[in-house]
Amino acid sequence: MDKPYDNRAWFLVLPVLAIVAFSAVIPLMTVVNYSVQDTFGNNQFFWNGTGWFRELLDPTTDLGGRVRDSLWRNLLFSAIILAIEVPLGIAVALAMPREGWKVAATLVLMAMPLLVPWNVVGTIWQVFARGDIGLLGYTVNRLGIDYNYVANPLAAWVTIIVMDVWHWTSLVALLCYAGLKSIPDAYYQAARIDGASRWAVFRFIQLPKMRRVLIIAVLLRFMDSFMIYTEPFVVTGGGPGNSTTFLSIELVKLALGQFDLGKAAAMSIVYNLIILAVCWVFYTVMTNLDVERRRPPTTA
Amino acid sequence: MARIELSDLAHSYKRGASAPADFALKPMNLTWRQGGAYALLGPSGCGKTTLLNIISGLLIPSQGRVLFDGRDVAHLPTEKRNIAQVFQFPVVYDTMSVYENLAFPLRNRGMAPGAVDERVREIATLLDLTGDLQRKARGLTADAKQKISLGRGLVRPDVAAILFDEPLTVIDPQLKWELRSKLKALHKALDVTMIYVTHDQTEALTFADTVVVMHDGRVVQVGRPDELFEKPAHTFVGYFIGSPGMNVIPASVAGNHAHVAEATIELRRSYDIPSGKRIEIGIRPEFATLAQPGEGLPVTVERIDDLGRSRLARLRLREHAVAAGVPDALGDIGGTAGLILHPDHIHVYADGELLEGRA
Repeated sequence: MDKPYDNRAWFLVLPVLAIVAFSAVIPLMTVVNYSVQDTFGNNQFFWNGTGWFRELLDPTTDLGGRVRDSLWRNLLFSAIILAIEVPLGIAVALAMPREGWKVAATLVLMAMPLLVPWNVVGTIWQVFARGDIGLLGYTVNRLGIDYNYVANPLAAWVTIIVMDVWHWTSLVALLCYAGLKSIPDAYYQAARIDGASRWAVFRFIQLPKMRRVLIIAVLLRFMDSFMIYTEPFVVTGGGPGNSTTFLSIELVKLALGQFDLGKAAAMSIVYNLIILAVCWVFYTVMTNLDVERRRPPTTA
Repeated sequence: MARIELSDLAHSYKRGASAPADFALKPMNLTWRQGGAYALLGPSGCGKTTLLNIISGLLIPSQGRVLFDGRDVAHLPTEKRNIAQVFQFPVVYDTMSVYENLAFPLRNRGMAPGAVDERVREIATLLDLTGDLQRKARGLTADAKQKISLGRGLVRPDVAAILFDEPLTVIDPQLKWELRSKLKALHKALDVTMIYVTHDQTEALTFADTVVVMHDGRVVQVGRPDELFEKPAHTFVGYFIGSPGMNVIPASVAGNHAHVAEATIELRRSYDIPSGKRIEIGIRPEFATLAQPGEGLPVTVERIDDLGRSRLARLRLREHAVAAGVPDALGDIGGTAGLILHPDHIHVYADGELLEGRA
């Protein structure tokens, strides 16, 4: 069958292009504009070329060093929370009830942390973890463990990681639960007939069926954790010292604290490109896995 | 390899059920002999799958015993029963190759690798899967996936029985024939009990040497295909098996006479009629013949279906629809006509159950 070709169809794409232009491209271009200029106020701008970018990417400069350090913190943070939240989410999903009134109760309970605004989550944990009046901080200190997230970098990290796990594991768990629910009973029955162990059921039935939702969960949790700002800002303000200063916090300091619009613009662009690049890698690797497995049947 | 007995078996999906309507399976006693090829035939929702799942242990019956060679296994889990089951829709382990899929039930039971390999290749050859053994199961067609499911059912050499739960539903008609003949051949070769659930009478009659007909949670007849055809034990069997099904006509019967539509038919046997029951006579269309008006029972011809080899008349006897054969000699006929019922093949039913008459 011949497909009709008519280039006038492109006109139908125009509204979308217009919307995307106003919502994303034009604002982004103003950032690009700032990133190649310097300003001393009074709306006076001076051409700086790639100066900010070179400074940003050179770790020997003050700015470059700060960017490099916060980038590593970000990557470490994302790696840690993915390593905790994904297995934990799977485990929680496996333990969730499959039928009866408990399902609704569990779902509501699980969704609760997801519904709390981010700055409120930060405030909750800021108070909860305080050594003097916070339930958690006080208890931990009474147990003989020296815990003070304001003074000790390790304690600060533990606090924001536990907070993020509390806040977001439900998301992974709910996604996995949806994946698990879509497995027909016949699979479990067949596994019993085949004499499969509990581990084999997980390895060969549940995990493969959860693969798709896990891809989504990993992408969402990576992007979100890599862009994290509000919660650590509220709890630790980036401290003690710079120990919990992530890229986003650094960026806000630069743009609104020092009002270095040029540097901040250049940094946002680099930040954006890093996220795009990592997501692209994730996406490509995962879709390629799929392609490899879905080769069309060869004719015998 | 085992003889399977069901003793006072019943099942209800409700707790504490007492009314007969609550039972998906009404109390039954049934024996499946070792090495038999059985078909479990009945319409959707009649309890076939429930019965199958009880035999395989996926379901624990509410009451009664399941005996494998005399040993009660009703409360043993599936894994301990040594039974294989194939489901209606293909179940394959996506991430495994076809080979690993077939080897899975054997490896789980700790069979030696050499024996596994030999067995897998044997079954793959039987099912024409040899060329695909190293492929991932994920990308295969529904046909091929169902073949893998069948293969996993057949691969274990020592099972008490292999249960098939409408296994060919998703398969193309052409391949369906092929696979069914293969199963039949396998049954002969392996000497293993096979129970084949289906709602398709052709499938049941071609596969099985014994057909178990179920209706509304009850086993209504167990018999060879020809017995089901010639002497249905229940009007439901008569109606469900045969195409078209048996004609069932309300009648009153006294001794060896049946009165239908103001005509009297002489029967070969005489019957003691229990009072207060609904009495019907049943006759297959194959043994009912259309005739000239005035002969036999008066009927109205609704239409004549030309089936190629033969013609089938759709008739109306008073308010009852009846099907009958049309002899070639009869030519075109319409309006009123006569219907001759061959007395050798008339059965009498009380409340649906066959009455045995006295000679």
